[in-house]
Amino acid sequence: MELIRHNLPALIVVTPLVIGLLTSIIGRRGLGWWMAMGTTAAGLAMSVQLLVDVLAQGDRTVEYLMGNWPVPFGIGYSVDPLNATVLLIVSLLGAVITLYARKSVASEVPAGKLNFFYALWLFCITGLLGITITGDAFNLYVLLEISSLSTYTLVAMGKDRNRRALTAAVNYVVLGSIGACFYLVGVAYLYMATGSLNIADIAERLQPIYASWGTEAPIYQKTVITGFAFMAVGLSLKLALFPLHGWLPNAYTYAPSSVSALLASTATKVGAYAFIRVIFTLMGVGFAFGRLHTDVALMVCSGAAILVGSWLAIRQTNVKKLLAYSSIAQIGYIALGFALANKDGITASVIHLFNHALTKGGMFLALGIVMYRVGGTRLSDLRGLGRKLPITMGAFTAGGLGLIGVPLTSGFISKWYLVSACLEQGRYELAAIVLVGSVLALVYVWRVVETIYFGKREDEVNVREAPASMLVPTLILVGASIYFGVDSSFTTHIAGEAADFLLKVKP
Amino acid sequence: MKDNPIMRLAVRWNIPFMLIFALYTQAHGELGPGGGFQSGVIVAAAFILYGLVFGGAEMRRVVPRWFTDLLGAVGVLIYAGAGVYAMAMGYEFLDHAALMPSNPGGAEPWGMTIVEYGVGITVFGVMMTIFNEITEGTNPEDNEPTDDSADTEYGS
Repeated sequence: MELIRHNLPALIVVTPLVIGLLTSIIGRRGLGWWMAMGTTAAGLAMSVQLLVDVLAQGDRTVEYLMGNWPVPFGIGYSVDPLNATVLLIVSLLGAVITLYARKSVASEVPAGKLNFFYALWLFCITGLLGITITGDAFNLYVLLEISSLSTYTLVAMGKDRNRRALTAAVNYVVLGSIGACFYLVGVAYLYMATGSLNIADIAERLQPIYASWGTEAPIYQKTVITGFAFMAVGLSLKLALFPLHGWLPNAYTYAPSSVSALLASTATKVGAYAFIRVIFTLMGVGFAFGRLHTDVALMVCSGAAILVGSWLAIRQTNVKKLLAYSSIAQIGYIALGFALANKDGITASVIHLFNHALTKGGMFLALGIVMYRVGGTRLSDLRGLGRKLPITMGAFTAGGLGLIGVPLTSGFISKWYLVSACLEQGRYELAAIVLVGSVLALVYVWRVVETIYFGKREDEVNVREAPASMLVPTLILVGASIYFGVDSSFTTHIAGEAADFLLKVKP
Repeated sequence: MKDNPIMRLAVRWNIPFMLIFALYTQAHGELGPGGGFQSGVIVAAAFILYGLVFGGAEMRRVVPRWFTDLLGAVGVLIYAGAGVYAMAMGYEFLDHAALMPSNPGGAEPWGMTIVEYGVGITVFGVMMTIFNEITEGTNPEDNEPTDDSADTEYGS
């Protein structure tokens, strides 16, 4: 037991990798799902234990050295309250959505490819967990590619239902690769300036470089600024921050239902985490926000994301695409939170990472049930389903209330912190944008809810409520998003810990 | 191309040397220039050269698809297995000192050798899979037993 506990940071990444490889070999027929389910359940247990361990530490960090090579020579994994929270988000959503995936995936992916599907599924989770836990800037790139490459393939596996999944996947491959390359170029520039790849070590070695810039002989000024610019643009692409969101709507829309849910609730969250890590731990707020004023650019982009994303969501007729555009707006809220760089702002960001993952994951799962029972997710397919699928549609509506930010849903908590962070900085216009975004969310959620409950169906399809294996995960996620709206002490506690940790290491 | 005697002869004479050179590269991986990645590519290049001249179907008769697909996963499992073994023995992940606790410094090359063989096997498997994915089904003659009259226009 002690052996496992000591190696937790490595095991959490290695287990899905190894089981994923085995799944690709022996995971034919039903076995693949069982292997994925066991692995993600174990991953959830490990990340809970890791979060408990981190909060028990005095300095709030757990370090692990790969191959016992000391940092900065080897790869070090370092867990603090921020990434322990993100690990929990990824493994919780991974486990719940895998529980759901069995029937949904079997109906959308050819039986002969199920072993590869679940292998890629586990690789994707490996990559996302690895990006979150690693303390090494180059290792982060490698794991980013592991998760991205498997995601491209997972999106393309929607091709048997709709051929447009292929073009969506190619589009995503091109933009995703550009994003990853930009990040790598940024790492290379920083390596040139500092000679190190370990995030904490780079941050330390940047201090004398920053100090030299005010003097007559500035060293590596252009190198560091160029490196940061490349990293910021590359990660914005990965995180689908407006206006770099082009790959997201089609990838979410045409991927298999479970994949859309997994991507929407974890992939962009991990991108946001990586961006937070680069700004706060790697480069330092004083450089990124104080000297370069990246925060202004971020505020403009995230404000535009909230307004444009919500506006485009109103105009969609495919509900899956509507949720995809809504995700772009929600990413805006997350980016706005950490751009404000005060405690409430970062708390809002981290809470929203958690709450939005639950809410949007639950809504995509509910739509997956519609796909499974009705065969489409256009508005016309949802017409009048309120009577046919009462539980599913009830869950969808409850999730929608969370997107708007109605009190007693988790969305309210995140927006409360976000608005108070805006007011604290005296940014009244940003607080107004957040509120306008909520009104726009009301419009697009209401359009769907109206269709569900008041629309009349011409063709009387005979649909039954979903099987329990799909219904229970949906209800878990939506129920959790309501629960954390009523009793937010857990989320605000860990998000507050994360914010304290980030602001303490300010240079 | 398989009726062109020069091509046949060149390929038949070259493949053994390519395989030997791949083993040489593999064996020097952990301490000198070379290593698993390069050797995997060279082995795969030898088979792909064979496939280009004699046809994909003939190549898949020599190394079946299921075999190369399997190797892609097996190599990474060897790599990760070396790490998991270290963890099971009470060391950190990928700490190769676990292989020879009495002499940690001497164990490191052994660990790297295992890892490099894993890399070589995976790279070989994946290169072959890519080649198979590209060629399978594109050339009609691949899907039927080779017949001398089928491609006389390529001959001589």
